Amino acid sequence: MPAGSITVAETPLVRFLLRRADDALILGHRLSEWCGHAPMMEEDMALANMGLDLIGQARSLYTYAGEAEAQGHGEDDFAYLRDVRGYGNLLLVEQPNGDFACTMVRQLLYSAFIDPYWRALATSPDATLAAIAAKAEKESAYHVRHSAEWVIRLGDGTPESHRRAQDALDGLWAFTGEMFETDDSERHLIAAGVVPDPARFEAPWRAMVADIVAQATLRLPQGGWMQKGGRAGRHSEHLGHLLSDLQYMQRAFPGASW
Amino acid sequence: MAIDTIPLWEVFIRSRNGLAHKHVGSLHATDVTLALQAARDLYTRRGEGLSIWVVPSNAITASDPADKEMMFEPTASKIYRHPTFYEVPEDVGHM
Repeated sequence: MPAGSITVAETPLVRFLLRRADDALILGHRLSEWCGHAPMMEEDMALANMGLDLIGQARSLYTYAGEAEAQGHGEDDFAYLRDVRGYGNLLLVEQPNGDFACTMVRQLLYSAFIDPYWRALATSPDATLAAIAAKAEKESAYHVRHSAEWVIRLGDGTPESHRRAQDALDGLWAFTGEMFETDDSERHLIAAGVVPDPARFEAPWRAMVADIVAQATLRLPQGGWMQKGGRAGRHSEHLGHLLSDLQYMQRAFPGASW
Repeated sequence: MAIDTIPLWEVFIRSRNGLAHKHVGSLHATDVTLALQAARDLYTRRGEGLSIWVVPSNAITASDPADKEMMFEPTASKIYRHPTFYEVPEDVGHM
């Protein structure tokens, strides 16, 4: 562990909050990488808006994790002072932006899962969690709409855009199974009725994605082997590079602020 | 697709109930669905609106700047069209 990293006093709730926050932060950071590079100004703004939605969600979740942990850690400590193995985000969200089709397909695959998930979590007996979920759901609903419209247009566009969208779908598919996985830590919260079981969202997610993929004249990848490990801190090589960018300033100048 | 082949749209935002939609700017989008989304993303980031209209820019018929004198100058001398000669009773309040 690099000098200056924090040790998190994990409980099922803290672990849950950090995982969901990490999903939002990492995907938000990925979208921020498009800033100034999108194919057109309108989409530059749309990607930055979605990135800011996600980073806002991460901030709320990290802050609540700090309260639940009660070790004096705040959002910045969790974001900047944990190493790759301490991150519990889905492998899907850390995948590189690739081309525009890849970014939009990744956004759709994640948003189509997390939107109904937030909607269910908004009825949690944990009032803070419910409030965060209710706010996030309004944002993720738009992310579904925006990414779905683009995937339909790219798939049903030119031969070139169709090929790129299909490549993105095929390439990212193996990272989708992880969204519906749970471990003992999360099952504890599910049994207590605090959070929904992500497994119950798999069938509706598949139906929704299949519908959009069909409209896009794309081919839905069938079954296949699913790559897992993000929730347990086993990441692809991409996350380390992302974190070195994200964390550089705080690692080089600990405690710096402006 | 090159940016100059993507259609241009005019954006109108209504900021509150009871107010009219007001022109706020323009944007490029391939179709009406994406135009509406782009209008949301570009022009309502700071809580500016409750309703958006997008209109293809080429659907707007504009007056010719060369006709300015004919079109607009004759009104300058018709000050009696401004309702400033009426005495408004106190009870009416703001009009």
